[in-house]
Amino acid sequence: MAEASQKIPVTVLTGYLGAGKTTLLNRILSENHGKKYAVIVNEFGEIGIDNDLIIGADEEVFEMNNGCVCCTVRGDLVRIMDGLMKRKGKFDAIIVETTGLADPAPVAQTFFVDEDVQKNARLDAVVTVADAKWLSDRLKDAPEAKNQIAFADVIVLNKTDLVSKPELAEVEARIRGINPYAKLHRTERCQVGITDVLERGAFDLDRILEIEPDFLEAGDDHDHDHDHHHHDHDHHHHHHDHGHGLKHYHDEDMQSLSLRSEKPLDPTKFMPWLQNLVATEGQKILRSKGILAFTGDDDRYVFQGVHMMLEGDHQRKWKDGEKRESRVVFIGRELPEQAIRDGFEQCITT
Amino acid sequence: MKEFDPGEAASSIVSITDRVKPLPLGAAVGSVHFLGDRAFFVGAEESVAIATLDGEITRAETHFGAILCAVSDGKRLVTGGDDGKLISIDAKGETATIATDAKRRWIDNVALHSDGTVAWSAGKTAFVRNPKGEEKTFEVPSTVGGLAFAPKGLRLAIAHYNGVTLWFPNMAANPEFLEWAGSHLAVSFSPDNKFLVTAMHEAAMHGWRLADNRHMRMSGYPGRVRSMSWSVGGKGLATSGADTVIVWPFTSKDGPMGKEPAMLAPMPARVAVVACHPKNDIMAVGYADGTVLMVRLEDGAEILVRRNTGAAVSALGWNAKGTLLAFGTEDGDAGILEM
Repeated sequence: MAEASQKIPVTVLTGYLGAGKTTLLNRILSENHGKKYAVIVNEFGEIGIDNDLIIGADEEVFEMNNGCVCCTVRGDLVRIMDGLMKRKGKFDAIIVETTGLADPAPVAQTFFVDEDVQKNARLDAVVTVADAKWLSDRLKDAPEAKNQIAFADVIVLNKTDLVSKPELAEVEARIRGINPYAKLHRTERCQVGITDVLERGAFDLDRILEIEPDFLEAGDDHDHDHDHHHHDHDHHHHHHDHGHGLKHYHDEDMQSLSLRSEKPLDPTKFMPWLQNLVATEGQKILRSKGILAFTGDDDRYVFQGVHMMLEGDHQRKWKDGEKRESRVVFIGRELPEQAIRDGFEQCITT
Repeated sequence: MKEFDPGEAASSIVSITDRVKPLPLGAAVGSVHFLGDRAFFVGAEESVAIATLDGEITRAETHFGAILCAVSDGKRLVTGGDDGKLISIDAKGETATIATDAKRRWIDNVALHSDGTVAWSAGKTAFVRNPKGEEKTFEVPSTVGGLAFAPKGLRLAIAHYNGVTLWFPNMAANPEFLEWAGSHLAVSFSPDNKFLVTAMHEAAMHGWRLADNRHMRMSGYPGRVRSMSWSVGGKGLATSGADTVIVWPFTSKDGPMGKEPAMLAPMPARVAVVACHPKNDIMAVGYADGTVLMVRLEDGAEILVRRNTGAAVSALGWNAKGTLLAFGTEDGDAGILEM
């Protein structure tokens, strides 16, 4: 997508208080990468960020007057993006740091909803910094922390040096119980490669290549007794893709749901079903993604969504010999699993 | 207005593109204002290009960064930047710093009163400074989206989330709050002081009749309204945001309530900027494809001032007498048309 690549990439950096967002930000900025970043930070947040183009913002979330209650956007971000666009060419990318208590959805939705923002910038990924020592506790008592994990495309699990191996396995399993799809990086003092957090293209429809759970990397240095390749379990369609390499945790209210079909879907049934699903259950659905094979269509169709907002497009032709399989993933709170599975089944061409 | 009449038999649009004095500025234009007969093109960042009718261009360096807002009363131009500075430029091109934000916050909005009082905003704070240099501040609940002085008295409209606050800087009275859910950006009083309108973050305008605060919803735009201009005498409010100019009628005491707006000058491109003539019922219209038209409000008759070139028109301005029209584009082209 030539057009998309000309848009300025925006990385959203979230994480609960004290997890190490500022450390990560400073790492990114101080690294010798020759790129210039415009950094949008919370005015009342931590200080000590060394960058030329740093903008303080109040996180001002407001509801759009479109009758959709979860359609909230960051008004301050709209304004700042407007101003930043006057300085096009002076920076290569934008990093938005949210406060520890922020819900990432309004930030992401700003990039779906606002026409002008969309014209100039594209959301690259939501990166969540998590504290290995305290995340398990926060997942119990702080809904914000859970939201940030559920929403993430990349999770930087930080301060791993402060926990034992079993504790680390436990917190990872809890993360995977909520979001098995994010790329997970274990770090001490946020030592993570810059390319692991920036330029991810997580919201780029052209790059929704794989929506497989991220276990190969996450599980490769422990739980050795389960060394079978989790992709072997692809045929267990209607099971959670939580894999078997990790201790299995079910978060009581935040889950992911994966749907698969080897038979093609009927687009006249699937699209209305999906639209209706996000319209009615969109408050619960934080993220959605899918690669679809439609009946009588030689193109792969891809979509992604944030709450009630969806975007989708034909991506490319199915390759010769490529398995024409449809895969859909939802991450959300109290998802009506059976209803979603039944609805999806109805869309399969028989 | 004979000179704008395309004539009964005109089958194609009358073009006066050859009468435009081209001004290749080479830097994106944010807005344009006349001080005397010189056009002041406010750049997207750093400087203001001052052009004479002969095409001579000089530059006034104003900000170390983006220029976020600009306003002119015909005597001076005041700009606010992301460097936290509020700068004034006079007709000679001399600059002076009016204010520097203590926290170096962005100066997002600026407004000028006819008595020389200047208002600006940074974040949630609105500032006013009178010609004697006395400064007052007022804090609103959320970031200021727009500022406008009422045509009468010293009253400042401050647009923000969920409404507009009307503040009387010289009075102890409590400010008045006009409520309407949503994010309100640009704000403007009708010239007769009877109505207040805002351009919202959503593709809609909102208005209040000030006598009774009755609401006026003006919606149906495909895009956000980023430019609005009152026609001479305040009879209509011309707005951007659609592929025609939407002109709301304000001649009756109810304003546009229950009335259809006029939809003029349809084009296969979105209207980006509108600027009504100061003396006659004519407006200049700039489109997202670079086209500039002059349009008669009465019947929508059009004259082509500039052909489409790709980049959007980003600035339009008339001189006070209405004898000069200047335009500027996002890709740094500009021109002046002498009537």
